[in-house]
Amino acid sequence: MTHLAWRKAKNAGMILLMASAALAVLVPLALIFVHIVRMGGSAVNLDFFTRIPSPPGEAGGGMANGMAGSAILIGLASFLGIPVGIFGAVYLSEYGGNRISAIIRFSADVLAGVPSIITGMVAYALLVVPMKGFSALAGALALALIMIPIVLRTTEEQLKLVPTSLREASLALGVPLWRTTLKVTLRSALTGVLTGILLAIARIAGETAPLLFTALGNQFWGWKLTQPIAAMPLQIFNFAISPYEDWHRLAWAGALVLVTVMFGLSLAARFFGRSRRY
Amino acid sequence: MEKGVSGDFIFKGVTVLFAFSILAILLLMVVEMARESLPAIGTFGWRFVIGRDWDAVQGNFGALSYIWGSVVSSILALLLATPLSVGTAIFITEIAPKKAGGLIASLVELLAAIPSVIYGLWGVLVMAPWLQKTVEPFLNDRLGFIPIFQGAPYGVSMLAAVFILMIMVVPIITSITKEVLLTVPQSQKEAAIALGATRWEMLRMAVLPYGKSGILGAVILGLGRAVGETMAVTMVIGNTPQISLSLLAPAYTMPSVIANEFAEATSKLHTSALMEIGLILLAVTLIINGLAQLLLWSVTRGQQRGGRP
Repeated sequence: MTHLAWRKAKNAGMILLMASAALAVLVPLALIFVHIVRMGGSAVNLDFFTRIPSPPGEAGGGMANGMAGSAILIGLASFLGIPVGIFGAVYLSEYGGNRISAIIRFSADVLAGVPSIITGMVAYALLVVPMKGFSALAGALALALIMIPIVLRTTEEQLKLVPTSLREASLALGVPLWRTTLKVTLRSALTGVLTGILLAIARIAGETAPLLFTALGNQFWGWKLTQPIAAMPLQIFNFAISPYEDWHRLAWAGALVLVTVMFGLSLAARFFGRSRRY
Repeated sequence: MEKGVSGDFIFKGVTVLFAFSILAILLLMVVEMARESLPAIGTFGWRFVIGRDWDAVQGNFGALSYIWGSVVSSILALLLATPLSVGTAIFITEIAPKKAGGLIASLVELLAAIPSVIYGLWGVLVMAPWLQKTVEPFLNDRLGFIPIFQGAPYGVSMLAAVFILMIMVVPIITSITKEVLLTVPQSQKEAAIALGATRWEMLRMAVLPYGKSGILGAVILGLGRAVGETMAVTMVIGNTPQISLSLLAPAYTMPSVIANEFAEATSKLHTSALMEIGLILLAVTLIINGLAQLLLWSVTRGQQRGGRP
C-alpha cells in the first residue's frame, strides 16, 4: 500500500468512526422516545387528567393533582425568579462596569451548574426548617433558584443585541434612562426574553430532585402554599420505583405528558426566537 | 426632570439588588450548607470522608462508599462519553452536510432537554432489565475472570448508572464541543487542506489542537453534571452502600443518598451528615464548574456559548 493510499484509508476510517459515533448517540434517544410513546400512549386517557392516583395495586387513576401542583410550583417559581433574572440582566447589560459584570456573569454560570438537589437542600434550610414543615413555598423557592441564572444569562444576551442607536434615540428625546430601558430596550428584546423564560420553565418543569424534601409530594389534592404539594415529576419518580404494574403505567403516561409539554414549550421558544428582528 | 432622576435612581437600585443577588445566592448556599454540616464535621472530622460505616441507628456516619460510587460512576461515564461526544461534534460541524448536521444537532439538544427523572424511568423499567437478562450475564460468562465483571447480574448496578450517565452527559459535551469547533478560523482549516492534508489530517492538525482547551472545558462541564446527577442514577444504581470493584454490583452515590434519606432523616446528626455530603458535592461542583467556565471563556472570550451547562 502506498503512503497516499494509507492516508486516504485512514481518513475514510476516521470519518466512518465519527459518523458511527453520531449514530450511536441518537440510538438511546430513539429508544427512549419509542418507549415513552408506546407505553405512555396506551396509558393516557381522560382519567389521567381528571383523577388523583389510585391506591397501590388498583387500576386506573391519574395525575391530576400532580399536574395542578406542578402548575402552582412553576407559577410561583416564575413569580419569584423571573423578575430577579430580568432586572439582574438589565444591570449587567445597561449599568454594570466590565469587571463586576464579568464576576456576576461567571457566578451565574457557576450557579447554573450547581446540582439541583443542592438547591433543594438550601431551600430546606431556608424555609422548611424555620416553618417546621415541608411546603409548596419551599419547593417553589428551590425551583426559582434554578431559574434565576438561566433567565439572567439569556435575557442579557438578548439585551446586548439591541442596537445602541435605539437607546440613544430615546435618550435624545429626553426620555430618562429607566423609561428608555423599560419601553425601548426591553420592549425590543421582548421576544428573545420570552424565549429565555420559556426555556427556563421547560427546564424546571421536569426537575425532581429539588422537590424531594421541599414540596415533598402529596397523594391527594393540596392547595395551601404552606403544605406539602404533589408534583408530576415526583409522582413519576415514586411510581417508577414502585413494584406495581399499574403505577408503572401511570409513570409512563406522566412521562409522555411531561415530555409533550416540555417540547411544546421548546417549540414555542424556538418560534419566538426565530421571529426576532430589530 | 427631578422625577426622572429619582426614577433612574430607584430603577438602577433594583437592578443592582437583583444582579448582586446572584452573588448573594452563591454565598448563601455555601454558608447555609456549611452551617448545617457543622454538627457532623465536629463529631466525625476527617473520619467522615474515610469511614465506610453509615449507620443511622448508631449515629455513626462515614461517606466513603458514596464518594467511591460518585467518583467511579462519573469517571467511567466520562471515559465513554468523551470520544462519542467529540466524534459527534466533529461529524456535525465538519463532515455532515449542513442540513443533516443541523438535524443531528437539534436531536442532540432534544436529548439534553429530557428531564432526568424520565431517563431514570426508562433506565429502571427498560434498560436495567435488559442489562440483567442480556448484557451482564454475557459479560460475566465471557469476561468473568476480570474482577470488574464478577458477580450476579442484578440489572440495577454500577454499570447501569454508568450507561445512563453516559447518555445524559453526551448531549452537553457534544453541544459545547460543537460551539468550540465553530470558533476555529476557516483560514486555519483551508491552510491545512491547501498543504494537501486529508480531511482527518486537517482535523487532527488544525482543528483539534485549536479547540483543545475548549473541548477540555466541555468535558469538565460534563463531569460536573455527572457528579451532581441525582434522579436517574438513584433509580438505576441499586442504592447499596458498598465498595465493590465489580461493575455488576449495586452501588450508591452522594446525591442518591441525599435523595433517599434526607426527607426521612430524624436525628439531627443524620441530617447534618447528609448536609455535609451535600457540602462536599457543592464544593466539588463549584470547583469543577469554575474551572470549566474559565477554560471555555478563554476560548469564546466571554461570548455566549449557546449550550447551557
